Amino acid sequence: MSALDVHQLEEIAVKIREDIIQMLVTAGSGHSAGPLGMADVFVALYFNILNIDPKNPTDPNRDRLVLSNGHICPVLYATMAHAGFFPKEELKTLRKLGSRLQGHPHRETLPGLETTSGPLGSGLSQAGGMALAGKMNQAKWRVYCLMSDGEQDAGNTWEAVMWIAKFKLHNLTVLIDRNNIQIDGFTEDVMPLEPLKEKYEAFGWHVLEVDGHNFEQIIDAFNQAKAIFEKPTVIIAHTIPGKGVDFMENDFKWHGVPPGVSNMPGEPPKEEQAKIALKELRTLQGKIRSEHE
Amino acid sequence: MLDKSAHLNPKLYEPNIEQVPSRDGFGEGLVLAAEENDQIVGLCADLTESTRMQAFKDKFPDRFVEMGVAEQNLVTVASGMASVGKIPFVTSYAMFSPGRNWEQIRTTICYNNQPVKIIGSHAGISVGPDGATHQALEDIAITRVLPNMVVIVPSDTIEAKKATVSIAKNGKPSYLRLSRAEVPVVTTPESPFEVGVANVLTEGQDVAIVACGQMVYVSLLAARELEEHGIKARVINCHTIKPLDKKTILQAVEDCGAIVTVEEHQIAGGLGSAVAEVVSQEFPVPIQMVGISDHFGESGEPQELLEKFGLNKEAIIRAVTKAIRLKRV
Repeated sequence: MSALDVHQLEEIAVKIREDIIQMLVTAGSGHSAGPLGMADVFVALYFNILNIDPKNPTDPNRDRLVLSNGHICPVLYATMAHAGFFPKEELKTLRKLGSRLQGHPHRETLPGLETTSGPLGSGLSQAGGMALAGKMNQAKWRVYCLMSDGEQDAGNTWEAVMWIAKFKLHNLTVLIDRNNIQIDGFTEDVMPLEPLKEKYEAFGWHVLEVDGHNFEQIIDAFNQAKAIFEKPTVIIAHTIPGKGVDFMENDFKWHGVPPGVSNMPGEPPKEEQAKIALKELRTLQGKIRSEHE
Repeated sequence: MLDKSAHLNPKLYEPNIEQVPSRDGFGEGLVLAAEENDQIVGLCADLTESTRMQAFKDKFPDRFVEMGVAEQNLVTVASGMASVGKIPFVTSYAMFSPGRNWEQIRTTICYNNQPVKIIGSHAGISVGPDGATHQALEDIAITRVLPNMVVIVPSDTIEAKKATVSIAKNGKPSYLRLSRAEVPVVTTPESPFEVGVANVLTEGQDVAIVACGQMVYVSLLAARELEEHGIKARVINCHTIKPLDKKTILQAVEDCGAIVTVEEHQIAGGLGSAVAEVVSQEFPVPIQMVGISDHFGESGEPQELLEKFGLNKEAIIRAVTKAIRLKRV
């Protein structure tokens, strides 16, 4: 895949966010905020960083991506479809009976998935296991693990954090989606995580922080991580949950619900939610005219 | 009468029968399997010697991974390694793995269908003095309900060795249940062993006794005493709980008309439940279950605990008597 410039990546990200809204509306359930917030990171990975071939998803030399917080899979599926792993048409089967696009990712149903995930806190360990096995085999491929900030609450996560540092697995790059929300509220109210950077540093990790909507910063950080050999690297990506849809941004109410299902105080009526969301995405929140107008 | 094709230990009924913990056989089997396949790796949660992974560690230090006291990480790291082609054996005490980390085993190993081998040592009441916190009496139940999982409870050290070598090659998530205590060596290297195939140890038409783990030995003792009273019991070593050998069990109930199950595990959800699920649906006959009756264990010597909790010859004979009586109702 030839390298795309930042403008092209931004355009793909807009399309993916539109697909996410449409997938969620069709499914009638699922998570809105996280997938919208992580669209830029996913586009950076699939269209710039990952060494993968959608036509050969089992290539033994491919990079491995583990999505630990499986509930944001609408963005994973939409990005994979845009990258060519399966037809975009299939996106509307999300969460439907018989679909390869399960409500949480299932490895055995969809080529290109490295693991089954959803229950929080166990993806980092799996990514670590892949990285150690790769190191044992002197493999050149890398492992990437995406985690949520909410799953930093889980004990399993910190078991993995300690263990990965012990083995100095520098062929693994982790990115935490620091969007500050989880289902019950803001992370610092539910279970304070800060100072998160210092915690990881104290556990022996190299920590980078980026704006999770700035492609240059995201790509630079992933490339920088490849040059760190003494420690595993974690990128704390500050993202806006619900990014691109004004009424969803930074609002934990949109963590676990799709547009079009419920009327919420202070939000557009449910019948209007999807339409407004799509218009905002197409007009970059009113900054440009939509081609559909 | 002993079935000759079972090739049981000639010293079976002698007081000086060899006594070896089944975890020893696992340790030997792991080294053997690892010599054959360089993709086998060993992961342990700070119990390398007592789970008998030490010999593997000494022989293959580059393939051994110390995990510390972190059983959730133990199995999820193993899942990741398996996805890259490794065959991970992970050891801890059964209470902690598959006890503490059950959801991780369910999702990242069984649902994810990765060939991780979960080795739970120190299972059963015969753990002894450590007491109830360390006596896993629920592990068969929580593993056998998992789709894709193979569940094996070897009767002795020789069978544990064979089972270890076998699951290294089966390509499936597998659970192997091991004992801490020394248990009589019932089988010999010549005894047949195939995962999923139960072994008939004695010929008999009056009642079938289906047992696993060290209760196979106790069942054989009970069968010998029953024979003195004219009751011929067919003792079946059901080392594989899942997939259950329905054929051998259904043949036994058809021939005998009554069945008794014996296990060092809670009656709820264990071998007895697995057998009852098949028998009640396919060929209902009276069934009695010997096992732990909804209790936690306690400290004590293994033999004292087996007596106290009714896992002995007398309890099996009582259950057999009742099963035969019910058959005649």
